[in-house]
Amino acid sequence: MKNTERSYMESVHFYGRTWGIIVALVLIGFPIALSLIFGAMPDFKMLLKGLFATAPMYWAVGIVEIFTYVPMLGAGGTYLSFVTGNISNLKLPCAIDAMERAKVKASSEEGEVISTIAIAVSSIVTTLIILVGVICIVPLTPILESPVLEPAFNMILPALFGGLAVVFISKNAKLSVAPIILMLALFIFVPALNASTVGIMVPVGVLFTVAVARILYKKGAL
Amino acid sequence: MDFSVNSPVLFVIVGAIIALVLGQSIFFLVKAAKRAKELGIASSTVKKTISSSAIFTIAPAVAVLVGVVALSKSLGLALPWLRLSVIGSITYETVAAGNALEAAGMGAGTTITDPSVYITVAWVMTIGIAAGLILVPFVTKKLQSGLMKVTMKDKKWGEIFNNAMFLGMISAFLGYVFCDVGLVFKGDTSGLIPVCVMFVSAIVMAICGLGATKLKIRWLTDYALPISLICGMASAIPFTALLGGAM
Repeated sequence: MKNTERSYMESVHFYGRTWGIIVALVLIGFPIALSLIFGAMPDFKMLLKGLFATAPMYWAVGIVEIFTYVPMLGAGGTYLSFVTGNISNLKLPCAIDAMERAKVKASSEEGEVISTIAIAVSSIVTTLIILVGVICIVPLTPILESPVLEPAFNMILPALFGGLAVVFISKNAKLSVAPIILMLALFIFVPALNASTVGIMVPVGVLFTVAVARILYKKGAL
Repeated sequence: MDFSVNSPVLFVIVGAIIALVLGQSIFFLVKAAKRAKELGIASSTVKKTISSSAIFTIAPAVAVLVGVVALSKSLGLALPWLRLSVIGSITYETVAAGNALEAAGMGAGTTITDPSVYITVAWVMTIGIAAGLILVPFVTKKLQSGLMKVTMKDKKWGEIFNNAMFLGMISAFLGYVFCDVGLVFKGDTSGLIPVCVMFVSAIVMAICGLGATKLKIRWLTDYALPISLICGMASAIPFTALLGGAM
């Protein structure tokens, strides 16, 4: 049992790396292929300007995200999520909910398996929905862009985390007080914290909560 | 070849890349499902995980589709289709494309006609978020196995650690929900919309939880999250009409 367990994780890492490297090369190859096909080069001045406005923030968030999300997503889930994207607004809540319902822990192999299944299904469904959307773009555009529905699509994160919060706060009432107070105070009183900087605050929240949990645990309060 | 943002060749290439990524998901799905059987996880649990994950994904995926439509005005359909099917999130891709177009001196909404501008935008979107993509294959194993060792040593702490991580993330997003409530003091009530939506979703989730345990409606547990998500999103429509403003 012990042996096959190790070999499953080993093979997840092996195939995860292999797929990850292949996909990374293909994605970086995409703009190169465009240059060859259309016989045009990127405009380097514009490229630098665009990257300067984009890369520093998202590289920083990206690196911190790896350390924050790997423990929550599990190995298979991580290899899939970092390729298919939309982690905090889709893949991670989906995996958390699935593990919660199956009553498995993220750090166990059962959790690993359930998380991988949830994220794989979520990725496949997302890809299919976008595919249908791209094919039916003409009839769908007026619906997707209708001003009536716009607020609903804008409010997806509050709608998502309201539900998730109930599940986790009711289970860990004692532990949740400190991080929620801290985060509310920070977001209400620091104007720089908003939709585009929430990514930075996720690891802050995680580290803080883990630290609080450790203290409470050592005191025997949890 | 003559360039157009909706050139058929773009769709062929993008389709092929998306098929590859779809292959990766299917590969891991099959692998994990097999392993679940070996571990003795009930096949009903696996089936439920599949069906509720699929149902849950619909609403957020449609929101991603809205992002594709918005970006398609300047970038055509192929590039947003690729970018939002793989890697990026709606927020990132929109910002990255916006930054690149701004650098080119173009506003959103004008269709790109210059292949060089198009390629530059594609590069910015690709490189801007490549950190995770490049690093994950190299660091995941170490991180994951280190973590498993720590949580194996003290099982109780392992469980608390797990819950603490999830709570930490959730608390950050709860904070974000409140980020604009301060505007109320300036007479702008739109900052309250996300707060109201969050509460509707939370109440619906609590009702689902009670229904599942008290009335023993089993399927309610499996679909509680998508139900509360949809109710929350739907409530945003009247709340926005009432409290006004664009978020």
